[in-house]
Parts: sequence; C-alpha cells; structure tokens
Amino acid sequence: MNGVRFLDAGETALVVEFGDRIEDGLAARVRALDAAFGGKLPEGVRELVPTYRSLMIHYDPLRVDRATLVAAVDGALGGEGSVAEGRLWRVPACYDADFGEDLVHVADATGLSVAEVVKVHAGATYRLAMYGFAPGWAYLSGLPQALALPRRESPRDRIPGGSLIIAGGQALIAGGAMPSGWHILGRTPEAMFAPARDPAFLLEVGDRVTFDPVDLATFTHLQARADAGDAVAVRA
Amino acid sequence: MTGLRVIFAGPGATVQDAGRHGFLRYGVTPAGPMDWISQSTANRLAGNPDGVAGMEFGPGGIEVEAVDGPLRVGLCAPGFLSMRGATPLPTRMALTLSPGQRLAIRAGKSHVWGYLAVAGGLELPPVMGSLATHLRSGIGPMGALAAGDLLPCAAGPETGAMALPDPPAPGHVMRFVPGPQAEAFTDAGFAAFCDGIYEVSPRSDRMGYRLTGPLIAHAKGHDIVSDGIAMGAIQVPGDGQPIVLMADRQPTGGYPKIGTVIRADLPALAQSRPGTALRFTPVSVEEAVAALRTAMARLAQNAQPVSLGLDIEKLASGNHASGFLDARKEDGP
Repeated sequence: MNGVRFLDAGETALVVEFGDRIEDGLAARVRALDAAFGGKLPEGVRELVPTYRSLMIHYDPLRVDRATLVAAVDGALGGEGSVAEGRLWRVPACYDADFGEDLVHVADATGLSVAEVVKVHAGATYRLAMYGFAPGWAYLSGLPQALALPRRESPRDRIPGGSLIIAGGQALIAGGAMPSGWHILGRTPEAMFAPARDPAFLLEVGDRVTFDPVDLATFTHLQARADAGDAVAVRA
Repeated sequence: MTGLRVIFAGPGATVQDAGRHGFLRYGVTPAGPMDWISQSTANRLAGNPDGVAGMEFGPGGIEVEAVDGPLRVGLCAPGFLSMRGATPLPTRMALTLSPGQRLAIRAGKSHVWGYLAVAGGLELPPVMGSLATHLRSGIGPMGALAAGDLLPCAAGPETGAMALPDPPAPGHVMRFVPGPQAEAFTDAGFAAFCDGIYEVSPRSDRMGYRLTGPLIAHAKGHDIVSDGIAMGAIQVPGDGQPIVLMADRQPTGGYPKIGTVIRADLPALAQSRPGTALRFTPVSVEEAVAALRTAMARLAQNAQPVSLGLDIEKLASGNHASGFLDARKEDGP
C-alpha cells in the first residue's frame, strides 16, 4: 500500500519500509504504525524498532507466521495520519566552552558566530526520530539547515554521555560515553539512559524536544539531581 | 553464601540469559547467547527452562568451584576439555559439584563458546528485566567474569551424572534469507557471495564475525539511512567484505545487509573459529522456519540424557570419557 515494502531480516524480523530517505512524512508514517501496534503487540511479536524510514518488527515465527503479520500491518496502515502529537520536552543544555568543544569549529564552518550557533541549535524544535547506536542515543530530526555539516575528519575515541552533537544534517543527544565523529556543541545534565530509574528512558520516539540553555552553575546543580535519579528535563 | 566461585576465566566469559528484549527501540542491544542451542542444552541438562541465566565462556574456558552446595550444573562445551578434579568429562552433561569441588573447562581443539548452567539459575539482580551482559555498554549485573567472582545460586539436588553424546561438528554451510537490502548489490555481487568461500577472520567477537572472501559489489553505494539490525544480519560495508552481526551488535546501522543467517544455523556460525571456511546459501523464510522447527525438535530430544550412574569416575578411569560416548554418536544433522 502506498509504496510500503515488506522486507525480511531473516525469519524472525520483518522490516516495514516506507522509504529510503530522511523525510518528515516518512517518519510520521513510521510513528503512526509504531503507535498503532505499540499499545498491544500482536500475538508472537516481541518488539518494534522504529527508525527514520522503517519499522522493524521482531517476531517469533513459531507463534505468528509472516503472512498473518503482513495482514496485521496492512490493517494497521489504514489508521495512518491519526497519530497524536508527541509530548514536548524542555531539555536543559549547557553550551559552556568546556562542553562545546566544537563550537568554534562549527561557527567557522557555517559562517555564524558561536552565539548564533547556540541560538540556532537551542531555538529549534526537534522530534525524536529514533534511538540507535547505543542505549539512549537519541536521533533528532529538525536541525536547521544552517547547521548542516559533514562529520569530523577524525572521530573521537570517546565523547561524554549527555553530549549534544550534530552531523550530516541531524542532531543527536548522546546517551552514554561512546566513540563519535560528530561535532559537540554542548551537554545536557539529563540522563538519557538511567537503568536504575523508572523509566530508564524518559523520552519516547515521536516526542518533541527543545533545548533550554543553562549556565555552568545551573548545569552542575542539575547534574547532581540527575545523578541522584531525578529527571531534569521537563514537560512543556 | 552458596554459589559458584570463578577460579579462572578466559577472555570473553560473561553471564548470559536469553537476552534483554524489549529495549531495542531505546538503542539497547539484547546481548544473550552466541549459541542459543548450546545454552538451551546446558539449561535443560541442569533441569532449567530455556533462557535461564548461566555462564557463557570463550575458547580459553573457565574454572569454577562450588561454594557450599551441592550444586547441580549442566555443561555444554563440545570441543573443550572438561575435568571434575582429575576426571575427564563428557562434553555435554549434568553433574553435581560437592562443596569445594572444582569443574575446569579447558581450551580444546574446536568450537568457540561453551555454556555452564546451574539448577535454578543465578541469583543476581536483573538489570531491566534480564541478567544478560553487554560489555560494550556496561549493562548487566556482572562485567567480564574474572577469578574471584562469586555467582550466587541455590543448592541443588544431588543426583546422578547424565550425559548426551557428542553433537555433530558444526556445519560449514550457512543458510540465509536474502534482504532486507539484497537489491543494494549487483547481480554479480550477490552471486559472488552465494558461490564463494568465506573465511572467518580473527577480527571476530560477540559483536560480529568478519569474513574474508570474494568481493561483494554494491549496486549503488554502501550508505543507507540507518535501519534496524537483526542478529545474523550480513552487513557489507564499502570494502565488499561481509560482517555477520551477532549477539552484541549495534541496534541500528547504515550499511546495506545482503541477508540474514537463519536462526537454526547461527549456532554453527558462532562456533566457527577464525580460519574456518564457510559457504552461504539463500533460502526462503518458509525454509528458515522449517529449519528452526527441526532445530527445536532436536533440542527436545536432548531432554532425555543417558544416566551415567553416580560413578562417572569409574567410567572415565583409563579412558577419556568421550571414548565411551563415541560408541553411540548421534546421527548427523
């Protein structure tokens, strides 16, 4: 239906592919299908993995066969377009030079001042399109074109958790320390992944995100709260 | 405290259950066993349901000691050399360790991963509902297992030793379901993959098995918009050399995947050491599901191990225990 393709990732996962690009319309359809199934997973379905352009359905082929699953997806696709607007979160963000290691480079590369880079990044409203790469690594769509840059020439071996990074026209909040070739603009004290907290992940795919600039003192205060297990991002 | 004390652990020994499922959408890799059939075999020998947490160890093996107890354990370690005290043991068996008794599983000539389960499972605090270990992201109740670690568990029944015959050697032909991006390769590239012989590279681990062999040509570049990754996905980056993504894979990735190794064949792939020559042959989803049913049925047969009586020491005196078992080797796969 409507260019939707069913692709097999082996006999235990089915990819429902809406397209092969990063595009708001495709992401909205992924979100709608995810939401249609999310409430109650069909018999035999283990989990759903939304990406920018596809929904991967992990299933147990001894409990549900492929044809039944395809029929269930076809049925659910009828409900597209009725998806609820995601929640809006205000995520504290510190753009202090200690954290924003690449602010000067990004300013040079984009022809903006450092203050303008911060203003553009913090002024946009993003949508959490998918988690990927590592726990709590949140890929955000909606980065203004002015900040579209390729990756760094050489990746860093490790960037801190909470890093606010950009590359390839996308923005990302790093869930935990990992290697990365993206540009670091700042850091949030919010724990994107807190295994001991309930919920371990505060933000759901489809939620919207804005960044609230905070100074270093506020960051330190919020970080202490986050370390104690509090969520410091707030619903707007 | 009752439990299993780690006396020695080779690299790559971890606690694994069936995996931490339900959090892939948040970027959390399930981890879980590299060889689900061997893990299930160890669990069934210990009297556990499938997926109960136990130890997975790499080619270097592991040595444990029963602290208090007795402890009833299930071992599945084909290709390794297993000893209780001075007694060589069958490769797949259930046995009881008395307090203070040690079980040593030493490096052997074949296979990569072995499994040790204990009746009732390990009494560790779950992390997000699971005891699986994902070392790269530091998730799980234990890190890499090391000498001195104590894995708490309950004392078990002191019952006789039971063994299964040695399993057939792991196969070298891996069946795969083409997709989700098989069309990202030229016809010649796809044919090269199906016709060629690929060798397991030493740069292989729980995250992925790298293969070297005939180049697989991409039809339209090697970058795709990130997509979900299933276990067994055969990803082909720009160098045209495939990587089969395994238990500790990244949850999403941006290289095209030519196919996915079927679940029934993943254990054989996981047990293939560097240098092993493999072939890949495409099958339909229906064939893959039929193969999975066959694998499950074979596993169910393993629910009836043969009693060795209480005296495996006698059995082993003078002979390697597996000599006895060779006499009634299982039919091939």
